[in-house]
Amino acid sequence: MTTRPSLAAVVSCLVAAAILAVLPFLISGYHQGLLTQVAVFFIAILGLDVLTGYSGQISIGHGAFMAVGGYTTAVMSYYHHTNLIVTMLMAFGICLAFGFVVGLPALRLSGVYLALATFALAVSMPQIPLKFSRFLGGSNGLQAQTVSHLWLYGVAWAAAAILFVGAWLILRGRTGRAFRAIRDSEVAATSSGVELPIYKTLAFGISAAYAGVAGSLFVLATNGYASPNEFTVALSLQILIGAAVAGLGSLWGVLVGAVFVGLLPEVSSSVPVVGSTHGQDVVFGLFVIVVILLLPTGFAGLLARLRVRLTRQSMASINSDPGTS
Amino acid sequence: MGLLALENARLRFGGIVALDDVSLDVAEGTIAGLIGPNGAGKTTAFNVITRLYRLESGDVVFDGHSLRHTPPSRVVRMGIARTFQNVELFPTMTVLENVLVGGHAFARMKRESELRKDALDTLELVGIHMHADRPAAGLPFGTLKRIELARALASKPRLLLLDEPAGGLNHEEVGELADFIRRLRDELKLTILLVEHHMNLVMQVSDHVTVLNFGRTIASGPPAEVQRDPQVIEAYLGGELEPVA
Ligand SMILES: Nc1ncnc2c1ncn2[C@@H]1O[C@H](COP(=O)(O)OP(=O)(O)OP(=O)(O)O)[C@@H](O)[C@H]1O
Ligand SMILES: [Mg+2]
Repeated sequence: MTTRPSLAAVVSCLVAAAILAVLPFLISGYHQGLLTQVAVFFIAILGLDVLTGYSGQISIGHGAFMAVGGYTTAVMSYYHHTNLIVTMLMAFGICLAFGFVVGLPALRLSGVYLALATFALAVSMPQIPLKFSRFLGGSNGLQAQTVSHLWLYGVAWAAAAILFVGAWLILRGRTGRAFRAIRDSEVAATSSGVELPIYKTLAFGISAAYAGVAGSLFVLATNGYASPNEFTVALSLQILIGAAVAGLGSLWGVLVGAVFVGLLPEVSSSVPVVGSTHGQDVVFGLFVIVVILLLPTGFAGLLARLRVRLTRQSMASINSDPGTS
Repeated sequence: MGLLALENARLRFGGIVALDDVSLDVAEGTIAGLIGPNGAGKTTAFNVITRLYRLESGDVVFDGHSLRHTPPSRVVRMGIARTFQNVELFPTMTVLENVLVGGHAFARMKRESELRKDALDTLELVGIHMHADRPAAGLPFGTLKRIELARALASKPRLLLLDEPAGGLNHEEVGELADFIRRLRDELKLTILLVEHHMNLVMQVSDHVTVLNFGRTIASGPPAEVQRDPQVIEAYLGGELEPVA
């Protein structure tokens, strides 16, 4: 990734933004809701990519951070009628702090052990509303203010756009390089002056803050209803699948990953599978396997391979001109 | 006292005494050679100086300051940079990005364009600027060694620790490396601690040579003197250590 975005990157971002801006006026409220789901996953996958793709710390429990963000919005809206946008900013801040705190013990873990620890976090987080059921509504959940499909669509994609640009700004320079250096070699990173504790917890904080905003929108997208069984381990796995499909360590595939996990359940439920009430899950699982087999380095990896092929061709065509290099 | 000193350094791994009461003094502006057979403790000494390993007793003193409580990530800020014997690069990053990370400690206040220019200049200095935008993974070993060297230089160190920089180089390239190391001392005013099995190189460029064997210092002095030392000749079984023409 270079300092300045390439022309192709800028153009594709603008085209995507234009389509997303026009689309809601052409489709039904139901489909707006679906695309809002995509925005939620987009933000969550972006966050996971910062942590796992860039800094190399595996999390299979990002649903836990989404839960914290989601309940922040539900609690503030239910008890204090706080403006929903403000609750999203609060979700961002609280999850940023929570991510730092989780990142501290994570300093001692890596690889599969860190994955298991985050998994445990995702498993235990939904228990908290049950434990403090008087305040957090128990298994019945907590109702935030409801909003229209169009409002939510607009806010979700605006947040997605802001957070995407934010991630790009953070990752393009010194901080992003420090993250990737840690991922590639902790010894060399340390010897080059990269403070592992600072950058590893920073990645956790940013990542969790993103997941928090996603969680906040996620709750609003389910009719403003926060309940423990929305934030299951399956949600964490969906984010991880989305990040894998997108291609870890590159921002350009995230939209594809989000579309994949956001829309595939819908698509797979419309595929008729004979004699199975769980046909949807089977089809979803098969799709995941096929895509991972076809794109082992995700969509971003595919883009990189295409780019290499294109540059090779253009190099070949200008080879006769000695002035170009 | 010189720019860098190891004082009675001692470190064990299980039953192995990797450093046994080793003392070393590197004068500012000189090239110091650190040699010894395989497993003598040379790389361990580097890891102790850069704080990746913790001494059991003894001390590392740089520019008059003890590094006993310095975290490893601060060592480079004090002015010590290193390369690694077996190459520790950032394989998925480009050559240029590898060098940019080398300047991490001093990059906060600078503009990205300025950092890139500096990094490119450093790559040009070691002669691999044409590979700047290639990923580090997959380049030949000699090039990887040069990326490491550029990354270390990018932090503008006062002391440079080189762990077997001639590894994987052919005869001609070793000659170029000798010139290059002298240039670093004479033009960039660097102090260099050089670990190397390539005896010709060490004896040619070093102002002072220390010989380790089984974690102990067995000889220390000017290259010509060390080469004649019977203990040194015995440590190398007479084979590798032939006088330099
Ligand atoms: N992290 C470690 N754990 C256990 N033993 C170690 C460790 N690092 C070094 N040693 C041991 O300490 C001794 C000195 O090793 P060191 O790598 O410093 O040797 P060296 O002089 O660099 O040798 P070479 O010329 O082969 O690179 C060896 O016996 C080695 O096996
Ligand atoms: Mg060694």
